[in-house]
Amino acid sequence: MADIAKPGRHDRQAATAWWRDERIRGLIAQAITLLIVVGAIVFLIHNMIVNREAQGRPFSYSFMDNIAGFPLSMSLIPVDLNSTITRIMVAGMLNTMVAGVASIILATIVGFLIGVMRLSPNYLISRLAAVYIEVFRNIPLLVQLCFWYFGVLKLVPNQKNSLNLLDAFFLNVRGFYLPRPLPQTGFGWIIAALAVGIVGALLLRRWSRQRQMATGERFPVLWTGIALVVGLPVLAWLAVAMIYGTPLNWEYPVLKGFNFQGGIVLLPELTALVIGLSIYTAAYIGEIVRGGIQAVSHGQTEAALALGLRRSWTLRLVIIPQALRVIVPPLTSQYLNILKNSTLAVFVGYPDFVSVFTGTVLNQTGREVEVVIITMIFYLAISLTISLFMNWYNKHIALVER
Amino acid sequence: MMDTSNVPTGPRENPELEEISPPMTVVGPVAWLRANLFSSPFNTLLTILAVLFLAWVVPPFIRWAFIDATWTFPQEVIEGVRGPNRGDCTASGACWIFIQARIGQFLFGFYPADERWRVVLVFILTFGAVTGMLIERIPFKKQNAIFLFLILPILSFWLLLGGLGLEVVSTRLWGGFMLTLVIACVGIVLALPLGILLALGRRSDLPVVHLLSVMLIEFVRGVPLITVLFMANVMLPLFLPPGTTIDPLLRILVGFTVFTAAYLAEVVRGGLQAIGRGQYEGAASLGLGYWSMMRLIILPQALRISIPAIVNTINGAFMDTTLVAVVGLYDFLNIVRTGSRDANWIGTEIDGFVFCAAIYWICCYGMSRYSISLERKLDTGHKKR
Repeated sequence: MADIAKPGRHDRQAATAWWRDERIRGLIAQAITLLIVVGAIVFLIHNMIVNREAQGRPFSYSFMDNIAGFPLSMSLIPVDLNSTITRIMVAGMLNTMVAGVASIILATIVGFLIGVMRLSPNYLISRLAAVYIEVFRNIPLLVQLCFWYFGVLKLVPNQKNSLNLLDAFFLNVRGFYLPRPLPQTGFGWIIAALAVGIVGALLLRRWSRQRQMATGERFPVLWTGIALVVGLPVLAWLAVAMIYGTPLNWEYPVLKGFNFQGGIVLLPELTALVIGLSIYTAAYIGEIVRGGIQAVSHGQTEAALALGLRRSWTLRLVIIPQALRVIVPPLTSQYLNILKNSTLAVFVGYPDFVSVFTGTVLNQTGREVEVVIITMIFYLAISLTISLFMNWYNKHIALVER
Repeated sequence: MMDTSNVPTGPRENPELEEISPPMTVVGPVAWLRANLFSSPFNTLLTILAVLFLAWVVPPFIRWAFIDATWTFPQEVIEGVRGPNRGDCTASGACWIFIQARIGQFLFGFYPADERWRVVLVFILTFGAVTGMLIERIPFKKQNAIFLFLILPILSFWLLLGGLGLEVVSTRLWGGFMLTLVIACVGIVLALPLGILLALGRRSDLPVVHLLSVMLIEFVRGVPLITVLFMANVMLPLFLPPGTTIDPLLRILVGFTVFTAAYLAEVVRGGLQAIGRGQYEGAASLGLGYWSMMRLIILPQALRISIPAIVNTINGAFMDTTLVAVVGLYDFLNIVRTGSRDANWIGTEIDGFVFCAAIYWICCYGMSRYSISLERKLDTGHKKR
């Protein structure tokens, strides 16, 4: 019986040693990781504070109220040499938004066009789209941007010899000039009519959908909707024109001395940035659109046609909704890419947020840490907002599983 | 109704009938044109528009790039009487002698001319080793990998920077295509392991590791590369202990590596997610620990699946190297741009950028074709099973 004596020792051998327990090992690994990371961060920040104090510039955001003292070549809010750094920063943020939104719109249009062309049964058209995609996707964006800005837009004629379209649009080295709309008395009525038209069209659509669900009768929503949205403002326009005179005047750009006066001017920097960003991103969007449409199986088209749906309805009711589900998530990341790539404005001298704030303000004030923190927060916030919106939209159109 | 009794069922049965080829409207080039270009009025319109567009774009480009272009130096320049300039080129064509005159600088930056053989040697060794890795038929993959990832980096470091018997060449003199390749290669070689670690961290069950990885990945992916480079350039020196200095090129390499690693991590995570639970459970039931499981079972499969996407990310990283010009490094694009600002070469911007675009395009298009061919190869492998 001596063999089975000392049961305690036997137990101890069977149980796993505590340092082999997976949970405990996990805890230890995490503790070590945390220690290393926190230690590194503390070390780095400590160095930063010591370095900054040695240079006599302790961490502080008080410089934001200082006067920036440099002008911006473009700004949506009025800024001058006496504007504070905060105001200049906001102007830069708005400029980033302008470039980003314009590029997103243009890239989406061109990209969808290229994607559809790529799938065209016409050999030439689909080859052209393929060449477009392969060329512009495989050349760095910055090379393209430099090409458009330093290569093309810097070589257009000077102010005296501007390229002239209808005496209203002018292109020269100083930028692209457009007429400026000047709303006159009563213009508000036209806007109001437009709003009423849009709301009316939306209500009409809801009503017709409910009626179709209940009775099966269809109502020509599209045409009546267009009539409402276009017709009401036109009527309002005519009415205002009869009562007050013309509701909208145009201010045309005119060459006075060495420069154009009046009108709206798009800086060549902005033009090059928007052209470059849209052409580059459109190549990616084209591929996404092509992939999305091809992802809808041909059986869906056949089934829809077999049900007697018209070609146009098949496209609108069957193909596009399903293709969008595939298209939207990668499209979101392309929009985010446009936003991030708009920082290449630095290279062409367009006063976007990074160029104004992370570039000039940082150089002037020497407040690296403060400036970089604000920059990061700005981009993270926008990225997050676009992602959230697109996730919401994606959920909205996602497959409803029953 | 057709009377079928007289119709021969085949040419053999009625020797008097000749074999007739199908009508031209069904096969042959005419039929192809009809089916692909003129199948409907709308299609015909599109074809006409496309042809007009091509006629508008292609001939002028060919005239500019080839026919009207200047390819050779004038006699005086060859004899060494004077240097070349923009005036030696035709006004209406490309000025390719600008590229010829500057090619040394475009390739090597300000690297001393007598030492450029070192760069060429590193390039040949790297190119050879990479080709050996990429082409499947070439044997000695393991030895090659050891050479490429362990020996070559040290060797290149010594050859490029100098020391130990070689003349020291400061990184401030590096530039041109060489700098672009150095940043791309170093960034990618360092970013791959870092990216894999981050991906594993993001998939980890340990909440602290998971959270830290997610924070780093999402933070880096949420901000533009330019701001990361700015940050690396101005903030890294501040974060180091007082008195230490850090080479500008090294700062950029740190920023670039972290940025690329975050994107690679997401790609690798995609590969990891595609591996079934059975593989993990199987490995665990064999008694493998976490690291052996990852190294022997999971990662080989996950990386294999994600190779095409990894190549695409590398392609993007290669194109992103152009952004280092923002902190004043003379990479390929920046040095070409600077070259065309030279007083002798005013008006060669387009020529320079077209040359740049062509070189980048060849590299990137090659990489993307390689990734597509890999994808096909891996794809069929899956379908066969």
